[in-house]
Amino acid sequence: MNGNGMKKRWLSLYVENQDGVLSKISGLFSGKSYNIDSLTVGTTEDPTISRMTIATVSDDETFEQIKKQLNRLVEVIKVIDFTNVFVRMKEIMYIKVKRCTAQDKVECFQIAETFKAKVIDYGKDSLLLEFVQTATKNDAVVKLMKEEFKIIEVVRGGSVGIESISMMER
Amino acid sequence: MKKISGNKLLVKALREEGVDTIFGYPGACTIDISDELYKQDFTKVILPRQEVALVHEADAYARSTGKTGVCLVTSGPGATNLVTGLATAYYDSVPLVCFTGQVARHLIGNDAFQEVDIVGITRSITKYGVVVKKREDLGRIVKEAFYIARTGRPGPVLIDLPKDVMAELGSPEYPEEVNIRGYKPSTGVHIGQLKRALKMLGKAKRPLFLAGGGVIISGARKEFTALAEQTKVPVVTTVMGRGAIPTDHSLYIGNLGMHGAYASNMAVNECDLLFSIGTRFNDRITGKLHSFAPKAKIVHIDIDTAAISKNVQVDVPIVADAKDAIEKMLEYVEETDTEKWLEQVYAWKEEHPLMMKEKPVMTPQDVIETINRLFDQAIIVTDVGQHQMFTAQFAKITEKKQLIMSGGLGTMGYGLPGAIGAKIGNPDKPVISISGDGGMQMNIQEIATAVLEELPIISCIFNNNNLGMVRQWQKLFYGKRYSMTCLRSGAACRGKCGEVPCPAYTPDFVKLAESYGAKGIRVTKKEEIEPAFLEAMKSEKTPYILEFDIDPEDLVYPMIRPGGTLEDMIMDC
Repeated sequence: MNGNGMKKRWLSLYVENQDGVLSKISGLFSGKSYNIDSLTVGTTEDPTISRMTIATVSDDETFEQIKKQLNRLVEVIKVIDFTNVFVRMKEIMYIKVKRCTAQDKVECFQIAETFKAKVIDYGKDSLLLEFVQTATKNDAVVKLMKEEFKIIEVVRGGSVGIESISMMER
Repeated sequence: MKKISGNKLLVKALREEGVDTIFGYPGACTIDISDELYKQDFTKVILPRQEVALVHEADAYARSTGKTGVCLVTSGPGATNLVTGLATAYYDSVPLVCFTGQVARHLIGNDAFQEVDIVGITRSITKYGVVVKKREDLGRIVKEAFYIARTGRPGPVLIDLPKDVMAELGSPEYPEEVNIRGYKPSTGVHIGQLKRALKMLGKAKRPLFLAGGGVIISGARKEFTALAEQTKVPVVTTVMGRGAIPTDHSLYIGNLGMHGAYASNMAVNECDLLFSIGTRFNDRITGKLHSFAPKAKIVHIDIDTAAISKNVQVDVPIVADAKDAIEKMLEYVEETDTEKWLEQVYAWKEEHPLMMKEKPVMTPQDVIETINRLFDQAIIVTDVGQHQMFTAQFAKITEKKQLIMSGGLGTMGYGLPGAIGAKIGNPDKPVISISGDGGMQMNIQEIATAVLEELPIISCIFNNNNLGMVRQWQKLFYGKRYSMTCLRSGAACRGKCGEVPCPAYTPDFVKLAESYGAKGIRVTKKEEIEPAFLEAMKSEKTPYILEFDIDPEDLVYPMIRPGGTLEDMIMDC
């Protein structure tokens, strides 16, 4: 961990859809002091295989080790490094804005339009927005909305990614 | 096809895998397996006195025979007692298959009697671990377990067996083939990379081989020696690699690292090519990383991709089994001109030869040299501490000898059970364990196992009344504040050390040995060493405990401070 090329990186994993696999992988990260920024998991078209998308902040050497250590696990079928491939990657995020004034609500709708978010629920003094975009954009939205509104509640799903067919990124 | 219980299938599986020895301790959740084992005669079942020692026995059995060690223990405390032994085996890449009992499926998660999540507990110290949730998976899982344990970089595998799954009737089939999509151990050698490495070897002016435990595990001692001889390249080893080339060979320099020989560490420091095979560059051998082998390009052969460039940045990585790689190298390698370099190495050896100060009283070196002289074949098992380092420094490991120790985890208490496991696997070879008085007491109950199994092991205790290695650090780095290291300290002297007489040492190892039905000899003088061994060597069935009075001031030198560099090497004080 010498800070060499410290940055956010993405991995996609094919793993056995078995008990304990998630704990094995998250345990590897915590046991070896690797960072996990986000981790998502779900089944694939083959019910015996799950796919994980993991974001980690690490330097070059640590990232190499992470890939090797993951590859070593019997339950891991394949590790794909998303760093240098074209991928489609999105994260779902809900933001509830509470104690809104009428002015706040107008602003929420403007934000929703700008960021291609949806307003999916509406109360007397609150609004619920749904964002499906890259995690980086979600970061930006959270920062913005924290500044704009008194009380917000944020839930994020973590990114899921898949390799592009054409040469498109994100 | 007639259906059989999981218990019966397990025993059938053990037979198919050629298991001839099981180390087991019974309990409620495995009693049905014990019952099935009662009805067979293809495998011996050894009953150690404690599961902690049980795994070490299976571990040393595996290390000394090349077979896979098999453990069977019950759920709960039986399973948790495996933890240290599993970690020991994991760090030293030992193939084990451990079966643990588990409560019935409907009780799992209920905090049932003797229920623990042992697969969860051992996740980071096993190569693979799994709970058998369905009877129909049992055969496949056991087959996979043996395959995973012994292939690639070997390691321990744990299989948790819920009692009801094992009682359930199902297919009697035990699969013959294994196909695990997430586990394909590397086979073969990348010839391009190997040739690149050999080219560097040919060009190097001061090349050096570094052999680790991988050379021993892959069974490549003969081939490696031939490689050194063909190239005329000198060799240093890690403690786990000791014996990769006979230690009396002219090309062998010694161990490197914290307690390595002066010449070895100088050679690592000055070499321009470090050709390493089967080592993970543990901190005990590298010291401060940026000053390790500062002038050298590094070639690294290892079966485990993840071991390469983990600790030390490598110039030429080669993923391969050590034996496969060495055999391939023997086809292509040419002699190099190392005459001048060897002269330098020999000069270093002469400058600071590895030896303890000659003293009128008995030293550890005297004992180990007696072993060297009296045994031309032997398995030597050590515990962990000063005696281990003395053994690693002075034990002559030639073709017919093997050195076994807990190198990676550094598990005290390994020595005696280790000797038992090795002797069970090698009834025709002399087996000697060397322990400190600290480590010996961690698994001393195993004398009973040795007596009942009629194992004529020779178990040496280097008794210096202290936890010597920690005491050594306290003497050198902590102003002689001997906190928690004196094995004679207790209520009578608490807070008054030096002012009141020391309490008497306990136990009396000779009497203790006798009470177990073993033989004990206390050796206090140099001239008593050889007669003691000569008597013990005559034993056919009775274990011998030889206790040697060792001066606590006998320290392990040279020593490089933890995280230090060569300049910090302490030669003596």
